[in-house]
Amino acid sequence: MSTIGYKDWAVDLAEVGAIYPFQGWEVPMTIVGVIFWLGWHRIQFVREGKHLEEARKTGDPEKIRKALERY
Amino acid sequence: MDGNLNALTTVFTEFYYWVTVVFMFLIHVGFCMYEVGASRRRNHMHTLMKNIMIIPLVTVTFFFFGWWIYWAFPNFYIFGGSIDFDAGAANTPWSPNMGTNLDDRITGVFWAAFLLFSWTAASIVSGSVIERIRSSALWVHAVLIGSVFWIVDAAWGWHYAGWMVKYLGYHDAYASGVIHAIAGGYALGVLVVLGPRIGKFASDGTPRDIPPHNPWMLTIGIFLIYTGFWGFYAACNVPVIAPEVIDGQIVGTTWTATNIYLAPTTLSGITFNFLMSLSGGLMAAYVVSRGDAFWTFSGGLAGIITASAGNDLYHPIQAMLIGAVGVVIVYKLHYWVEKRFKLDDAVGAVAVHGYAGVVGLIIAGFVLWGAPSSPFEGYATITPWGQTAGAIIMFFVLGFLPGFVVSKLQAAAGVLRIPEEVELQGLDYAEHHAYEDAMAEIIEADKAHLSGKVTPAE
Repeated sequence: MSTIGYKDWAVDLAEVGAIYPFQGWEVPMTIVGVIFWLGWHRIQFVREGKHLEEARKTGDPEKIRKALERY
Repeated sequence: MDGNLNALTTVFTEFYYWVTVVFMFLIHVGFCMYEVGASRRRNHMHTLMKNIMIIPLVTVTFFFFGWWIYWAFPNFYIFGGSIDFDAGAANTPWSPNMGTNLDDRITGVFWAAFLLFSWTAASIVSGSVIERIRSSALWVHAVLIGSVFWIVDAAWGWHYAGWMVKYLGYHDAYASGVIHAIAGGYALGVLVVLGPRIGKFASDGTPRDIPPHNPWMLTIGIFLIYTGFWGFYAACNVPVIAPEVIDGQIVGTTWTATNIYLAPTTLSGITFNFLMSLSGGLMAAYVVSRGDAFWTFSGGLAGIITASAGNDLYHPIQAMLIGAVGVVIVYKLHYWVEKRFKLDDAVGAVAVHGYAGVVGLIIAGFVLWGAPSSPFEGYATITPWGQTAGAIIMFFVLGFLPGFVVSKLQAAAGVLRIPEEVELQGLDYAEHHAYEDAMAEIIEADKAHLSGKVTPAE
């Protein structure tokens, strides 16, 4: 058993193509990868929305004034 | 060099490694910027000099004995082996190969590529111990990790004839273990003895954050480390080699790039995987640290380090996911260890390098299970247990143990940690008072000159 399809390198490299593990699973791997990517956006939207909602209620006018002056 | 093709191949290989060395210099520039940015203003110069002097000290010792260790120790007393004086002979400082020699155009650039890895190993330890270790103590550790312990592990597990490759099927193409796990483990060994900086922990044991004095310097520093890492990846490959030169199981006449074990890979493949593991690490670190800038940047690095053991063979999506998984484990482990053992790792080096390296080795054992570790006959194939044993050897045996023992000896001799008074007033004032005094004097002189020139009417 070898996840890359080769148990040794007793081969002619002219006849070798892909050597990554789990060949044949490219589509499921892509689906998992896309879920990871879209999941990241989902988490980011939810977290940022919550953060901004909290932030808009906690502003101290004096600190805001100082922040504006500090540029 | 017989024939134009051989000459061209040799000179191309010579130039290839030379370019990687120049790129890798950026890793050290990045580490210096990161350390100085992370330190407080009163420790700048000391922090910088501590890291800069790693360069000459590790370089000369690597010339004197480090390079010889790599060639002489692949089977050192393991499974009946012994020191290989024949292989080591061409790599002693008195060998004609270790100088300008028209019969050998490769040793110098190959030596330099390994040397830059040595600087990195020492620099990883340097960052974790800033603001309280004595420079003299750190420089002994730098020589030990840079010119002894990492190169012993390279001989064992990062050499085409290393015993770990032969018997364990150890696979670590871009140094998750041989650089990062060992350096992280070594740093941990030093930190356990050295103790935290004053103020790091509240009286109830709660850790306090010690923010960097210059976050932008940290940012540029880590981006330079990313850049240098490209050179590191290229330097871990043999750019082009013929099967008859490898002289292993490969048949036919197709030339190839190989990893350090002379097993086939492609520069294209590792470029895919470098970028995808960087991205997986950045994305996971951003989420798990809730957008903390420095953990996100370090997470990019940890993502690459986690995937590095198998990045010569992984599919890019695998590299991305492995990088992401590694970062989550590393982040959680860092804070658990910090709280549980009161460990003050100033730059998170133990986690980003050490834990990521260990996790990466073990993951590679599963994902590459059964793949050949070498193009030579009779070598073990890659397995989870071989990789786990390798991770333990790297992190604990060659990393943590020497760091801990040498630090204990230094502590017993009273030469490990700076005095408390100096830690509070700052190392720059204590050790660079002449600079401070000169600066104060010239400021006063300029002010006096200005007040003499400017009249009240103006």
